[in-house]
Amino acid sequence: MSEHWKVRRSDTGTRVAAASSLLLAAGLFAVPYLFQASVVQQLTSFFILLILAVMWNALAGYGGLVSVGQQAFIGFGAYTTIYLTQHGVTPYLAVVLAAGASTVLAAILSPLLLRLRGGQFAVGTWVVAETLALLVALDKGLGSGTGISLRGLNIYSPELRRAYTYWLTLAFSLLLLGLVFWLLRHRTGTALQAIRDDEEAAASLGVRTAPLKLVLFLLAGFGCGAAGALTLANTLFIQPQSIFGVQWTAYMLFMVLVGGLGSFEGPILGAIIFFTLQNQFAEQGAWYLIGLGLVAIGFALFLPRGLWSLFADRYQARLLPIGYTLESSTHQGP
Amino acid sequence: MNWLNAVVQGIFLGGLYALFACGLSLMFGVMRIINLAHGDISVLGAFLIWTISTQAGISPFLALVPALPVMLVAGYLLQRAVLARSLRGGVVIPLLTTFGLSIVIQNALLQIYSPDVRSLGSAAGSISTGSRRLTSQLSIPYLGVLTLATAVLVLGGLQLMLQRTGFGREMRATAQDPDTAALVGIPSASVYARATAIAVATATLAGGFLAIHSTFDAASGPTQLIFAFEAVVIGGLGSLWGTLVGGVVLGIAQTAGATINPQYSILAGHLVFLIILASPRGRAILTRSAG
Repeated sequence: MSEHWKVRRSDTGTRVAAASSLLLAAGLFAVPYLFQASVVQQLTSFFILLILAVMWNALAGYGGLVSVGQQAFIGFGAYTTIYLTQHGVTPYLAVVLAAGASTVLAAILSPLLLRLRGGQFAVGTWVVAETLALLVALDKGLGSGTGISLRGLNIYSPELRRAYTYWLTLAFSLLLLGLVFWLLRHRTGTALQAIRDDEEAAASLGVRTAPLKLVLFLLAGFGCGAAGALTLANTLFIQPQSIFGVQWTAYMLFMVLVGGLGSFEGPILGAIIFFTLQNQFAEQGAWYLIGLGLVAIGFALFLPRGLWSLFADRYQARLLPIGYTLESSTHQGP
Repeated sequence: MNWLNAVVQGIFLGGLYALFACGLSLMFGVMRIINLAHGDISVLGAFLIWTISTQAGISPFLALVPALPVMLVAGYLLQRAVLARSLRGGVVIPLLTTFGLSIVIQNALLQIYSPDVRSLGSAAGSISTGSRRLTSQLSIPYLGVLTLATAVLVLGGLQLMLQRTGFGREMRATAQDPDTAALVGIPSASVYARATAIAVATATLAGGFLAIHSTFDAASGPTQLIFAFEAVVIGGLGSLWGTLVGGVVLGIAQTAGATINPQYSILAGHLVFLIILASPRGRAILTRSAG
């Protein structure tokens, strides 16, 4: 009795989902033509949250690096954009350059921060964020503590400006999602999932954890820097306390925990849920944040793999072809 | 530029930071987790002392007497109800849980007590502002001496407890190897709970001194957590007396920065921390304790 076994990367489900995702992504570019400016701005905010969730998940879910200081890059990206526009760079180009500059910052900080583990890494990144906030607050050219606005975008009409900001945000989101997908589908994806599951065991099997964590840290620096610069382009005004504030980490933590830590689809789901909650309840102020915190604790204790894990475990489902399935020639199926 | 005065004031400030740091250090030493809610718990303690002090009309030092047992019990329950479960999840889950806890505590305090900034300095009486003038450039504040003395007593007491008592032996055993300790009959759950209780009580004490020393509000927690963490790392992870040294170094860095320019004080502390972290000594400290 002989059977032929094959390793497949995708099956019907993932092929359909991948195709629909690509169609959806293409369709999203048409939004500014179909909807009014307030919807476009809301969607821009949503995609910024999505970027943050995907980046934080890449760090914590796949690298085991719980960063409580990613707001350092968010703020750095925003203030670098201000700095560049003050020196004559056109705003949208400044956004892209600022994201690159954030990656450079991550590269500079990595020898210092990446040798820290666990809670030390968490608070270490937080100290970096606080230090950057203090340095910016001391600089009068950057508006010091009172904040500064982004000039140079008033050459566009408000609708055009919102549309351009939206398209740039959408482009960054798709780029970052694509990068994470590529990382996961490539051989590094298995290594990342091994680190996620048990870092020491992975290292003992020969997985080179240090370069992979560096890649994740640089990617997160790039993504969070882009998110900060795009937030500036979206809201036009920033202050050090809010752009460098730790509430960004609270949002990222909530999105990733509720959606699903360590999965590709989880942060997307988490961003959708958080965005909806934010719109409904943010006026409640302190009660809303208490609720967020309690939900985050509940998920951390009882369902750390998030809501997506409920769906994925039950139906053995994946949205995108990043896994491996074994098929025999005698019968189909996982 | 009065450097001698800055150094002396920095030493006393270090006593306050050491008080904040010892609870963090204890929890890290026993459970290997950094409690991200530590600063907020101390602010909660400060608010508790403030409430008792204003309601009963007594000095904050007297208000410590009922506040400390309440917080001891609260810490014990916190560990058994919330943190114990999170410890099973590896390194990432306790951080996420304590961060969530930090958000809840901060916003609950904000909701209950409003964003007003408060202080217990006036309620504490003349000791909070009195000082002894040594020379025209240098004076020794009574509160600073009291805080430093309290820090030394607390750290000494903890060290004594850990080295000399059965209770402390159990804690050291569980810190080294919880499973083997369980084999010889030491219940790790209750040891962890006791460690958390002590950490929360020292945090309350520190919060009380912070309230007398300066002002506090619902959002003061994270700053104190960062200072406590910096003190622990500068002084060396896992060493209680090192926490005092770390606190003093941080205090001196901040007062020295303030002497140059008041806006530089906190920044100077962060920079000293980052420099020590980057140095070979920093590498040695961290690798010694990791694992």
